[in-house]
Amino acid sequence: MPVNETLSQYSDWSYTTATAIYLLALVFFLIEQSFGAKGRLAAQRSRERARELVGAGGPGTTESVTPPAENTTARAPRGRAERIGRMGAALTILGALLHLAALLLRGLATHRVPWGNMYEYIMAVTFIAVVTWLVVIRKFPARHLSGFLLLPIVILMFVGGTLLYTVAAPVQPALQSYWLTIHVSAAAVSSGVFLVPGVASILYLMRSAHERNPGRFARFGSRLPAADVLDRIAYRTTVLAFPLFTFGVLCGAVWAEAAWGRFWGWDPKETTAFIAWVVYAAYLHSRATAGWRGTRAAVINVVGFAVTVFNLFFVNLVTTGLHSYAGVG
Amino acid sequence: MTATEAPPEPKPYRNSPGRRVLAFLRNTWRGLTAMRTALILLFLLALAALPGALLPQRTLNAPKTAEYIAAHGWWGTLLDRLQFFDVYSSVWFSAIYLLLMISLIGCLLPRSVEYFKAMRAKPVLTPRNLSRLPHFASTTTDRDADEVLAAVRARLAGWRTAEREEDGGARTVSAERGYLRETGNLVFHFAMLGLIIAFALGKMYTYEGQVIVQADGSEFCNSGIYAYDSFSPGLRVDGTDLAPFCVKVDDFTAEFTDAGQPLQYKSHVRYQQGTDLDTGTWRDYLLEVNSPLRLAGDRVYLLGNGWSPIFTITWPDGATRTQATQWRPTDGTGTLNEGATKFDPPGITDPFERRTKQLAVTGLFAPDGLLHGGVLTGGGPEQKNPMVAIDVMRGDLGLDSGQSQSIFSIDQSMVDDGRLSRVARSNLAPGQTVTLDDGTVVRFDGVQRYVSLQVSHDPTQTYVLGFAVAMLLGLGLSLVIKRRRLWVRVVPGAGAGTGTVVEVGGLARTDQAGYGEEFSRIAEELLTGKKKR
Repeated sequence: MPVNETLSQYSDWSYTTATAIYLLALVFFLIEQSFGAKGRLAAQRSRERARELVGAGGPGTTESVTPPAENTTARAPRGRAERIGRMGAALTILGALLHLAALLLRGLATHRVPWGNMYEYIMAVTFIAVVTWLVVIRKFPARHLSGFLLLPIVILMFVGGTLLYTVAAPVQPALQSYWLTIHVSAAAVSSGVFLVPGVASILYLMRSAHERNPGRFARFGSRLPAADVLDRIAYRTTVLAFPLFTFGVLCGAVWAEAAWGRFWGWDPKETTAFIAWVVYAAYLHSRATAGWRGTRAAVINVVGFAVTVFNLFFVNLVTTGLHSYAGVG
Repeated sequence: MTATEAPPEPKPYRNSPGRRVLAFLRNTWRGLTAMRTALILLFLLALAALPGALLPQRTLNAPKTAEYIAAHGWWGTLLDRLQFFDVYSSVWFSAIYLLLMISLIGCLLPRSVEYFKAMRAKPVLTPRNLSRLPHFASTTTDRDADEVLAAVRARLAGWRTAEREEDGGARTVSAERGYLRETGNLVFHFAMLGLIIAFALGKMYTYEGQVIVQADGSEFCNSGIYAYDSFSPGLRVDGTDLAPFCVKVDDFTAEFTDAGQPLQYKSHVRYQQGTDLDTGTWRDYLLEVNSPLRLAGDRVYLLGNGWSPIFTITWPDGATRTQATQWRPTDGTGTLNEGATKFDPPGITDPFERRTKQLAVTGLFAPDGLLHGGVLTGGGPEQKNPMVAIDVMRGDLGLDSGQSQSIFSIDQSMVDDGRLSRVARSNLAPGQTVTLDDGTVVRFDGVQRYVSLQVSHDPTQTYVLGFAVAMLLGLGLSLVIKRRRLWVRVVPGAGAGTGTVVEVGGLARTDQAGYGEEFSRIAEELLTGKKKR
């Protein structure tokens, strides 16, 4: 089926616009992160005070089930920095919508799932990462950190859109299988989600270094959320991504059996996926091992993300293996 | 201070060799099965697998490996000696995963025992002071104790509970939930063990063979190793007992986009196996990429394809020979192909004379050929204007030398020795001929397709898949389900009007946060006795 050039053109425009909007949101978030510390501290204090009040309802007096936090939290007046942060979040949502449009249009233009080469794959991975982060900031007080997440996303999207850009085209016969939908989307979703714990763990390492010695990252560390919040973000997202990643590798093996004649052959991509899997497995184990929680676990998570990035770039672009579908050069 | 009395002499510890060995074994076992060791082994495994992604591997690409070793001098030789080009069968990689397996078993056995004990155990006693737990709520209610307890029982259906009576007349319910977490965890680890064992067994009994078959109705039979162009058997396969089947390749077609990007490869084949072999029945199958022919025990894959130019040679005495030998693409796309079609002169019995008159047609073939100043280039991968640019070589091809040679090229050493020399060079379209100095005519007849098939046999792969699915399910259970405890203490009022005191405490037994919300909901329902929607 021929490629619809018009839709593909619209997809490219959406992609570029989404990248630009993320960049703008990134600036907004950095402003919030830099100047909004006072307001955040005030909000946190009032939340804690509310919790103490609730906790003080000793046994036997009255019903003391924790009420929803919003009712009792004395709302701190919104500072200018917070307003800018909220605008950043709104921009990010707008960017994500355009990002989604770029993906959908690309799929409609080529009549297949829009992750058949590296440009499209990066588009999908960054989209998942943004969506994951939007969910995270709804649940955790971490919105002002969005800049640190958008930074790798903007870089990835820029590299994807310039160096790795591929004209919309059908995929080669080896990729024409329903496993492309299942295997590659599992891989893209898990890689996208893994980006969030990667960033959170780096911030965790800075924060915990600051907590141990307030002289380190003196100005930056104090503006980060408490280490255990960052740790929880990292753990929750890893726990979500790890089974997905396992599923992706498993589907890859099933597909490899149908396409290449063996389910596992230590192809560079398979090997690196195996390494990433082992590293993330080590992360999960480290959290259940005395002396390995905290800093060491965070380091392992960062290593896991580094392996994922290595798998995306180095294995696709430098080594030659059966997974050489990047469509570059 | 002075000691008034010497401490009692400790019993002499008999450090007998037997005890020392026992202590050593015990400590080794403890060390090996500790979580810390498992973690370090996991890291080592990841690290040890890394060279496999960075360096060429012999099992995947032997020529490239040899090239790499040659290009890197002593460093390459050293790496080779340290098995860096056979990472996954190397001593050190095997050692790490064997240790990891022992560690895993050592971890799983006690945990399984623990698990079966826990499955039969009652939920633990209610702590004296529930308000010290991470989650706590209490109230005083007008309902009497029995009423409250009935409501608690109804709400905690699905939890494992134990009711106890305390000395002061208070009644407690201990409840625990999320046992499936540990079930899933054990399932995951045992399945992983099973997967590794099935994988290792598979490596014993697997085989993989590649063969090129002309797509003109030619036949391939899985009758022995000799039928294959290359064959890599598992450790316990000697090639004598292959499952018998035959495949005939009737045609091969490829579709391309205008830009020359391949869209589809397909090949109509016929096959027979089992009783069909005796009755001579052939069954049809459309062989495609991603859609192998699955026979009992073996799978046949369409791995590659190419062109076989057909040449006919007519000797001066009128004898003719026609051959179609596969040529190989010079790059991945097949717009240009290279090869050598080799002929023995007919009717010459003297081996010395024959070795002066052997012929080889070598050069390039383009399915969509373009000539620029006599140089052939390929315009695309589709058959539009087939054309060959050939050298005809005459002399000793070296086929009798006893050394194997590539079917895609002539033996260059024969050319260097002057025993094989070029007698003609020409560009030919189908039907065109070139005449040699002795009157021999070489004609390019046209071209036909060939396919490269792979036959794979792996008796354990279904088990591997089963274990992998079990791993995934176990992993899901162990990460999604939270193990948590809940206690209720109901203290009946001392007299009329004092009301019943109800306390609820909760504890999450896993490090996953998020029990708070569920606890608040349950506690509220238990305390108020009303269902919350």
